[in-house]
Parts: sequence; structure tokens; C-alpha cells
Amino acid sequence: MTYSVVSARNLGLTFETGDGLVHALSDVDLDVKKGDFVSFIGPSGCGKTTFLRVIADLERATSGEILVNGMTPEEARKSRSYGYVFQAPALYPWRTIENNIALPLEIMGYSTAERASRIERTLDLVNLSGFGKKYPWQLSGGMQQRASIARALAFDADLLLMDEPFGALDEIVRDHLNEQLLKLWERTQKTICFVTHSIPEAVYLSTKIVVMSPRPGRVTDVITSTLPKERPLDIRETPEFLAIAHRVREGLRAGHSYEE
Amino acid sequence: MTTQDTLKSRILPVATVVLVIVAIWYVGAYFMNAPFQRDLDRRGNVTSTPMEFLGKTMSQPKPILPAPHQVASNVFENTFLRSVSSNRSLVYHAWVTLSSTLAGFGFGTLLGILIAVGIVHVRALDRSLMPWIIASQTVPILAVAPMVIVTLGAIGISGLVPKAVISTYLSFFPVAVGMVKGLRSPELIQLDLMRTYHASAAQTFWKLRVPASVPFLFTSMKVAIAASLVGAIVGELPTGAVAGIGSKLLAGAYYSQTIDIWAALVAGSVLASLLVAVVGIAGKIVNRNMGGKPT
Repeated sequence: MTYSVVSARNLGLTFETGDGLVHALSDVDLDVKKGDFVSFIGPSGCGKTTFLRVIADLERATSGEILVNGMTPEEARKSRSYGYVFQAPALYPWRTIENNIALPLEIMGYSTAERASRIERTLDLVNLSGFGKKYPWQLSGGMQQRASIARALAFDADLLLMDEPFGALDEIVRDHLNEQLLKLWERTQKTICFVTHSIPEAVYLSTKIVVMSPRPGRVTDVITSTLPKERPLDIRETPEFLAIAHRVREGLRAGHSYEE
Repeated sequence: MTTQDTLKSRILPVATVVLVIVAIWYVGAYFMNAPFQRDLDRRGNVTSTPMEFLGKTMSQPKPILPAPHQVASNVFENTFLRSVSSNRSLVYHAWVTLSSTLAGFGFGTLLGILIAVGIVHVRALDRSLMPWIIASQTVPILAVAPMVIVTLGAIGISGLVPKAVISTYLSFFPVAVGMVKGLRSPELIQLDLMRTYHASAAQTFWKLRVPASVPFLFTSMKVAIAASLVGAIVGELPTGAVAGIGSKLLAGAYYSQTIDIWAALVAGSVLASLLVAVVGIAGKIVNRNMGGKPT
């Protein structure tokens, strides 16, 4: 059964700024199926983060329609349908790692026993078992971001929204986290929407790659990956991988006018 | 930090400055007191060697500028050698001032926090209250203090309360300003996170804004407690209060007991540094318990 977790029709969003209207999103049509791993890729200002924030009800679309789990984004947010991972870990520095993971659970009213078991389980999912009592500053950047992923996984949301979660990390750490994220996706069966700047990252992770371009922010290509579900890191050397990466690059180039 | 580092980086610079000040003070004391001493010697037909003369300028009972050792011995005598209930004990006077300082500081901090919470959560208060708060601090406290004392005295309130009111008036301001900043210090991303959880305003307040504001609270409390002490002392000046550091200052001025004035001044400064240090230590302990990076 593959119903749409996210479905957007003619979605548009315009900001009013000092220099006039900015079309952050224009005529976006998209369906994200249950269990998909969808990457959004494009240059700055193409609206990929804005689109993710519209799904999360952190921004409101100004035209068109969008449904998240069959509800409006606001209803979906209020029924806690998604976990959101930001560019920065955004851990609260006065809470230990396990208390950071407990934060959404406290807000959503989980019992103490339930909290403890969920903290243990999600820490294990992101390979941070044993670090629960540490404070954020005692962990490396990569570990902090993993803790923030654990926090987003702690409650029952089938949808995970990730906004360039590994953008600030170095390439070696990023490779490692990408590999872990794929395993995690397989184990948890979540639907993931993932915003990135990096072509290899998008191709390596996704079942579907959405290529976007700026001014106005729009979708220029949607590529369904032909790569198998099992993906070791060296799959990135195969011709199949390179072919998909090539198509993404072409899509980005077509949507981008370099004269500006 | 090792003890050697502490010695080099903290104690040595401070000690150097103290020594320089004391040296300048002695020179000043000589030149300020010399004309009167010369006058005295001439009238008494006394001739003294320069060394004797120097000694005399440093041991007048009512000098224009007392020498540091005169002040020091006065402070020592009136702090350690008198019963604490004696009217001449600096401990007694310091306690009178301290009690209204603490009462005023407590109320001021509470008031400052309440105002800050109001300003952060109610838009109308943000617009209307802030200019008044700032204006309140531009009014010279020396002009306000007598009015407070007289007005409250007229309705039968005297003693600790009027002084505490003045302390409150001075100490709520830094706390209000610091806490507005502190409660607004969470980053957008941390607030967005709360929104994705569909957290209520109360949850966002208690789980995010309040803990984020704690370092700001302690920083502003350090300023507030020093201001409270100033308020309490100023509150003791216009009333002819019978006790307190302020009354010591005033009585010293009436009777030209310059050494007493300076001793009261020293007592006030020591009290202020102790209070600020206590708040600072409390802040460090709280910070450590909140998982702060040791600094």
C-alpha cells in the first residue's frame, strides 16, 4: 500500500520584501509515497528548505494546496505527524543528551517509564548508547547531530523531515552518517524528506531526487533512483550511480542561469 | 588553573594597583594635612624635624584626608574590637544597611522578572512599559529618596521599608532589562523546534525561555545587588537615620570625623564586594548544575 504522505498541487509561496515580491515557491506538484526517501536538491534560494518548512507548518503556502498524511500541514503538526531535524543540532545546552531526547516526550505527555525505554531505543538507533548522561558540549558535532536525529525519532511520527542535517560536518563524518541514516531508514520504515546541497549525498540516499531551481523556486526534474536498496558506500563508484548523478547535474544546470 | 597561575593572572595585577593607590594616598594625605599642621605648630611655637612633621600629618584626630593606616585601624577597631550590638560597631551598622539591601534586592529581582515576563509575552506592555522603565532610571535617586522617606514616613512607615523601597527602585531595572534579553535569547531554530512539537506557550516558557535566561539573570543580579546597597545607603542619608552605613557617613560629616567617614566608606565597599561575590558564586554553582561548560 503506497498512499501519499505528502502531496502538493500547484503550491506557491510568495514573500513580500523591501524590494518587492519574492517567489520562493511556484507551481510545485509533488507526491511523496509512504516509505520513500526523497531528497530535495538545488542551489540556494530554490525553495527546498521553504518547501520542507511548508510541510512542517513553519511557513504557510500562499497558493495551491498541500496535504500531509491527508491533513493540512497545521493539523498534521498538531497531531505530531513528523519529526524535524534542523541544519544545526539545536540541542538545549542545559539538558543532557537523554533529557534532550526526552524533551518532545515530556511535551507530548509520555510516562516516565515510556520515556526511559524510548530514550534507550533511539540512542541505540543512532549509535549513541552510553552517551545519554553527557551534555551536548561534551560531544562532537557529528554526535550532536545524531542526538538531534534521535530526538526526532523518539516519538511516533512516520515522517522525518531533515533540512541539510549534515551540511556543517566534514566529508568523512558525513559519509559515515549517510551510511547510518540509510540503515536507520531501513530499520524504522519511516518516510524521509531530506534537503541537501550535495549531489553525491542526494543520489546515495534517495529513492527519489527532486531537482529544484531558483527565481522562482520550482521543481525542474524528479528522478526515481534505480539503485538497489542495499547501498554500500562504494556504490558511488558504479556507472549506474554516476549516470544518476549526471542527470541531477544536468537538471541543476538547466534550471540555473549563470548570467545572473 | 594552578595556584601559580591564579597568583600571576589575578592577584598580582590587583595588588599592584592597590599599592599604587595607597602610595598616592599617603602623598595626598601629607600635602592635604600639612598646612593645618604647620599652622598648629606655629601657634604652639613648636619646631619639629621634617620626619616628626611628616608623622604628625599622618596622626591628626580630624585630618582633612586621613592616612590609610588611620582608616585601617579605625575599621579594624570598630569591626573586631566592639560588641556587635554597640552603636559604634561597623558590623552593627553594616547589618542595618544589609537587611534593607537584601529586602530591596529580593523585591527588585522579583519585580524585574515579572516585568520582563510581561514585556516578552504581552505586546502592549512591550510598547508601553519599556520607555517608562528607562525614564525611571534617569531620575536622580538623590532627589527621589527624600520624597520616598518623607511620604512613607507621613503614613507611619519608617525604618527598613522605605530604604528597601529605594533599593527596589534601583535594582528592578537591571533585572528587568537583563531578563527581557534572556527570555528572548533562544534562537529561532530552538523556538521552531518547540513549534514542531506543538508545545503550548507555557511549555515553551518553562522548558526553553526560563532555562535560557538563567545566565542573564545572574549577570543582572550582580549589578542589581550593588545598586540595592547604594539605594539603602542613600535612603539612610536624608532621614537622619540612627543606624546604618549611611547614617555613619552623615554623622561623620556633621562632626568632621573624617576618619569615621572613610571607615564607613570602606565598610560599604567591602559589603558591596562581598554581595557581588556571593551572587557570582551562586551563579557559578547554578551554571555547573545546568551542565554549563566549566570556564
